[in-house]
Amino acid sequence: MKFLLFAGAILVGGVLVKNPYHLQLLTFIGIYTLLALGLNMLMGYAGQISLGHAAFFGLGAYTTAVLTVHYGWSPWMSLPVALLLTACVSFLVALPMLKLHGFYLGMGTLGFGMIGYILFRGWARVTGGDSGLVGIPPLSVGSMELTSKTAYYFLVWFCVTVGFIVCERIVGSRMGRALRAIHDSEQAAGAMGVDTSRIKVNVFVLSAVFSALAGFLYAHMVTFISPSSFDFLVSVRMVTMVVIGGMASIWGSLLGASLLTLLPEWLHVFVDYEMMVYGLVLMVVMIFLPQGLTRGLMDAYERSRSRYRNRHANP
Amino acid sequence: MLRLRNLKCYYGRIRAINGVTLSVRSGELVALIGANGAGKSTLLQAVCGLVAQWDGEIRFEKESLKHCKPQHVVQRGISMVPEGRLLFPPMSVLENLKLGAYLRYRKREHAAIEQDLDHVLTLFPVLRERTRQAAGTLSGGEQQMLAIGRALMARPRLLLLDEPSMGLAPFLVQLILDVLVQLKTQGMTILLVEQNARAALQIADRGYVLENGRVVLEGEAGDLLADQDVKRAYLGKDYKEFDEGRG
Repeated sequence: MKFLLFAGAILVGGVLVKNPYHLQLLTFIGIYTLLALGLNMLMGYAGQISLGHAAFFGLGAYTTAVLTVHYGWSPWMSLPVALLLTACVSFLVALPMLKLHGFYLGMGTLGFGMIGYILFRGWARVTGGDSGLVGIPPLSVGSMELTSKTAYYFLVWFCVTVGFIVCERIVGSRMGRALRAIHDSEQAAGAMGVDTSRIKVNVFVLSAVFSALAGFLYAHMVTFISPSSFDFLVSVRMVTMVVIGGMASIWGSLLGASLLTLLPEWLHVFVDYEMMVYGLVLMVVMIFLPQGLTRGLMDAYERSRSRYRNRHANP
Repeated sequence: MLRLRNLKCYYGRIRAINGVTLSVRSGELVALIGANGAGKSTLLQAVCGLVAQWDGEIRFEKESLKHCKPQHVVQRGISMVPEGRLLFPPMSVLENLKLGAYLRYRKREHAAIEQDLDHVLTLFPVLRERTRQAAGTLSGGEQQMLAIGRALMARPRLLLLDEPSMGLAPFLVQLILDVLVQLKTQGMTILLVEQNARAALQIADRGYVLENGRVVLEGEAGDLLADQDVKRAYLGKDYKEFDEGRG
């Protein structure tokens, strides 16, 4: 039901919005939603922080870019390669990394993100270095190129919908319960028979693959990528989306991604003070809605409703 | 059923358990009593595979538990109710119970799990009224009941309890102990670790007294209750004072 409504909203959006700038903005929101969704499974549900997810975003984008630009592959061939490669890399990273906890895990993943960024910049022969890779082909279905903004919008939001369904299924299952159990207490989860290290690795790989898919969609949308799109600040942005939207909330990922994509656009009116206002908004949200926007707004709604009901019950 | 022989546990260079030998027979309720720091909790954790370094022998139904990971210990039929309960506070009562049956979902036992869920909720009727409530909002006694219920959901053959009476009013302690007796009559084997020695020995068949990582006394529960040393050390010389509300 939820998903039907969601699909309906996407359809209406795609049909009504004609302005190419707005369509592009909506498509970006979709890509960032995928990123936030994957990270939310890892951070919000399993409680494992990662400050290096931009590297997986970049790995997905660069893999498809290199294969299509240098080797002339079809993007549909490079997609599975990008996802599989990211899955393998994230698996190898996760094995030692997820033995760490708390701040140390943050530091470890931060280091990994840095390594990714340095590779994208430094391996100039393959990645084009600082000047980036140009001429990534747009996606096409059969002989039809998905160059129109509307077509790409639908493709991205189709992926987001599938992502939502996958995550919703996981969260409601035995695996979802195990993830939240790990969040609360790894020892207790272990005592229940949950293989905590394996589940943590699984969810890490899952979130990395989401990021890689987002990277693939991003690369073929803008057709030009450079290392600055995958640096440390992007990782921080992803974490911010999850926290602002609401930890352990699937729909919060959508809200967080929307807010962090739209806010800079709206703030253009402040010109020089843009970043200050941006920081201020984030601070205010965190102080007044520490549970994130989704939970916070829902609680506020509940409160005002019960207040309204009380006032009418005892006049 | 469970047999420990010359068990020694280490935390780095500190030796917490210093050669303990004990056994629990099938269908028995055995109490393990001792003061703080005697090594009671360490011993339970060693059985569950939660202590990294130990020497000696732990056998469950004749099979060694050496190098056994916690999830495999649960799979073999040992469940622990940990000290301080360690529930999952933001999750609902129902979700906590389902997590107890975590390993069984893989084997597609859904009907049996539903049945056990009903059994646990019959054992603790308070929980049935609160299945949707977050575990963290339950009272201390209800949380302990939930912790026991959660352990039972794995369908263990041996139940380990680490200080289930901690921080509970005498009335609730009695309620928990009654449930343990009820489980025992249904055929459950139980190893009960307690500081509340008197309460534990009253329902146990046999008991061990642990001190500084060693067993200093063992025997029938009744004999231990009457033993002068135990009385002095764990029950208080004038233990009438502590008698209120425990029948």
